[in-house]
Amino acid sequence: MTDARALEDKSHFRGVWVFLEHRKQGLRDVSIQLIGESRRLADLRDTTLTGVLPGHGVDGLARDAIGFGMDRVIVVDDPILEIYRSRPYAQVMAQLIRRHKPEIVLYGASKNGRDLGGRLHAILETGLAADCVKFDIDADGNLDMIRPSFGGKSLAHILCKKHRPQMASVRRNVFVAPRRDPSRTGEVVRETVELTPGDEDVSLVEFREFTNEPGRRPDDAEIVVSGGFGLGDSKNFAMLQELAELLGGAVAASRKAVDSGWVPKMLQVGQTGMTVRPKVYIAIGISGAVQHLAGMQESERIVVINLDAKAPLFEIADYGIVGDLFEVVPEMIRQLKSLKAGESGPLTEVPAAAR
Amino acid sequence: MPRRRLERIIVCIKQVPKAQELQVDPVTQTLKRVGVPSEINPPDANALEMALQLKDRHGAELVVLSMGPTSFDESLERSVAMGADRAVLLTDRILGGSDTVPTAYALSETIQKIGGYSLLLCGEETTDASTGHVGPGIAGHLDLPQLTYISEIRIEGDTVRARRTAEDGTEWWQTTMPCLGTVNFGCNRPREPTLTGKIRVKRGGVVTHWSCADVGIDPRKVGLLNSPTIVAKVDTVRLPPRAGKIFDGDAREAVRQLLSALRDDGVIRA
Repeated sequence: MTDARALEDKSHFRGVWVFLEHRKQGLRDVSIQLIGESRRLADLRDTTLTGVLPGHGVDGLARDAIGFGMDRVIVVDDPILEIYRSRPYAQVMAQLIRRHKPEIVLYGASKNGRDLGGRLHAILETGLAADCVKFDIDADGNLDMIRPSFGGKSLAHILCKKHRPQMASVRRNVFVAPRRDPSRTGEVVRETVELTPGDEDVSLVEFREFTNEPGRRPDDAEIVVSGGFGLGDSKNFAMLQELAELLGGAVAASRKAVDSGWVPKMLQVGQTGMTVRPKVYIAIGISGAVQHLAGMQESERIVVINLDAKAPLFEIADYGIVGDLFEVVPEMIRQLKSLKAGESGPLTEVPAAAR
Repeated sequence: MPRRRLERIIVCIKQVPKAQELQVDPVTQTLKRVGVPSEINPPDANALEMALQLKDRHGAELVVLSMGPTSFDESLERSVAMGADRAVLLTDRILGGSDTVPTAYALSETIQKIGGYSLLLCGEETTDASTGHVGPGIAGHLDLPQLTYISEIRIEGDTVRARRTAEDGTEWWQTTMPCLGTVNFGCNRPREPTLTGKIRVKRGGVVTHWSCADVGIDPRKVGLLNSPTIVAKVDTVRLPPRAGKIFDGDAREAVRQLLSALRDDGVIRA
């Protein structure tokens, strides 16, 4: 490595850091999930765990983060930092990292986390591993960053041996959020970072929140009813919606269904979509490309409904029905409805003979 | 230098194995890569289509840039056949094994050499490595405003407005050129090559090859040995075996058995 690039001897780098992402006066759940895992890594390295919280008026969130397991939270408060913007946030992180020299910096692999990490790793010229699912510390004290490679059929162990900090991002729902202990104590440190009005190089002119569009978010649901190319048309997703509602779940889709313009991208499960791990994943008319498997193979139960008995997804199914989804799904809806009716009271159906 | 209007768009693309063609070897449980055809990384094709639409509307010059072996000419030529004006391939043995840090650096240097750009577009991520780090990395190197995960763009004078899809809503951002955008996968339908485009490619000379020396890239900053990260090893994932119970019979009987199995497992309440 050229002298200009190596920050300095890596032994000077100590401590585990987590970038704390927030919105609407709350820590993002991906950040909270990261606190638990990073606590474990800090303990393994016998070092401190620090959260970095750029924002405006976020002291309450710093105390929340301590309750979740942080030893220390560095707050950088500036009106420019009220909402996430690439340049000022990267400035804050770069300056703090140069000042304090942490050995590990972790981010949520959210849109903003990837936006920030990507810009920052080029500025700091250090390694960044995306979408890690597991961490370890190797015999030399390096962070073993484990991520699925192409399609999730194998796991690659990424090491960043010479450069510091070692940086990685983690997708939502990979780690379990720790419990918050309000009595836990830690240090809130306010630091200043040089920012100029020129750092506000992009402005948010409009924000339209996704408000409870029909159904819940698939990555929050315990039951996911997912449709693929076999659905054939956007209007057939109404049937899946009905099934999902009966089961108390949410609708999702494969990339092919999204590509066909039947459902919005925000419902896509898979490598370029979201990762889900519900109690039940019901794949309907999805053949099961490896990229799709990457987003759902950790589901507790996998149900596959497909006309093609050779669909690869059957190989990872707990339960399957080889059949026409246009018969099977309406039948599921019918049976669930009659079960529901049975729950709410005695069957009211009167035998024809008694009428 | 601020740009008063859209003059030159540079789209960065990568050539990747065709995603739909990928299959897992049932014996080794690894991906079969041999003989798999290549394609323009699909999110990059969406970036290219966005740029082509801007070119249609504003008349800008569109340059497509890639880094890799000369086999990447195939995708660059396709880009020109789709309507790009010309293509540049940064190709040099010493670039082999570069991770996202040298890649973002080398592409940034090449973009500087092309020069005169108003707008840089990349796909949100590649379908093979799927990091999404190179686009923002280029913006970091070149100190440009960046807007990631965009699916629509409007340009007026030197002002860029773009629609970004975040986890919880749709954002419209505004910035000024020059700037960089990364484009959402699937936000448009990339056009097919045109006949005139194919003829231009056939005449030759649409792809310029540059080496690191041509661009002035520091050889000590690229390649496998100068990449901060290494892949230490790759484990094959053996997924836990699943029951694989197929329910036969007519739809009514199969569904009854399915629902009762799920109920017995305690995963549904119905």
